[in-house]
Amino acid sequence: METFIKKTIAVFLFVSMNSLVFADEPITTLRDAALDKNGPAPTMTNLVNTDIREVRNFAEQPPIIPHNIRGYQIDLNTNKCLSCHSRTAIARSQAPMVSVTHFMDRDGQVLSAVTPRRYFCTQCHVPQHLTKPLVGNRFIDADSLISK
Amino acid sequence: MIKRISEFWRLMARPARHLSLLLLTTGGFVAGVIFWGGFNTALELTNTETFCISCHEMRENVFVELKQTIHYTNRSGVRATCPDCHVPHNWTNKIARKMAASKEVWGKVFGTISTREKFQNKRLELAKHEWARFKANDSLECRNCHEFESMDITLQSPRAADHHTRLLGTGEKTCIDCHKGIAHQLPNMAGVEGWN
Repeated sequence: METFIKKTIAVFLFVSMNSLVFADEPITTLRDAALDKNGPAPTMTNLVNTDIREVRNFAEQPPIIPHNIRGYQIDLNTNKCLSCHSRTAIARSQAPMVSVTHFMDRDGQVLSAVTPRRYFCTQCHVPQHLTKPLVGNRFIDADSLISK
Repeated sequence: MIKRISEFWRLMARPARHLSLLLLTTGGFVAGVIFWGGFNTALELTNTETFCISCHEMRENVFVELKQTIHYTNRSGVRATCPDCHVPHNWTNKIARKMAASKEVWGKVFGTISTREKFQNKRLELAKHEWARFKANDSLECRNCHEFESMDITLQSPRAADHHTRLLGTGEKTCIDCHKGIAHQLPNMAGVEGWN
């Protein structure tokens, strides 16, 4: 019982000290306005549109799309991406062909066309915005880590 | 019958007895101006976005889709309206297109595309008509604004520059060959050239 009381007091002290320390600090980590207010909307940024392939940070990373894809229709009717990236279209478009893994069904059987499970390109492949990341990160790829 | 026609012809060919030549010529001229002006004004009235979207078939299908695209919403505020792309700008071709469009009145009266489902089912056929028209006139309505000679290729992205010099510049392709579905959604494209 005594230990319980001691623990309770300890927790209480800890919490109140914390609240003393942080009492005046508004929560501003990623927020421009108070919690109950709508901050100003960030400005719209342009998409990376260099058409230059970016390095992948790890082998399995889906390559990013280095061009604008505004209005690209990917639905039951048609897939705009494949009008350039499909096996038959690349001679004309000179775009990279979709990887052969996209022709495999889940049993590893290679089909003649992109499988339905890989049909919706933007589930994995995304364009990038010309903007600074909101938070930094210290990710380094495996090769850099090994050579350290 | 022949007798009546010849009587009518004699009446028309006889010089006017009571009206002066001045009245007939100036009156005819003024009437001509009014008729011609009125005709063209009425024609231009049917050549506006307001007119096009006065029917729910256009307003609730193609117009809704257009609104999200670059030809309607963009940074520079230049906007292409329905007739800019779908009606030829020069007079003879415009009249020809307008005469062909009388079929659309038929479609409206009989409700050929009166629901979203009917429209979706007919969309490929309708789209094919437009693609054929663009292909036949070398994408004239695109080129009214986007002429190849006026493009600064160096300002385009590398991909666009490559495609435009290699395919458009050589005349191998015309705009519509690659730029289908830029202003409206596409129907099922299975079997359409260049789409898989």
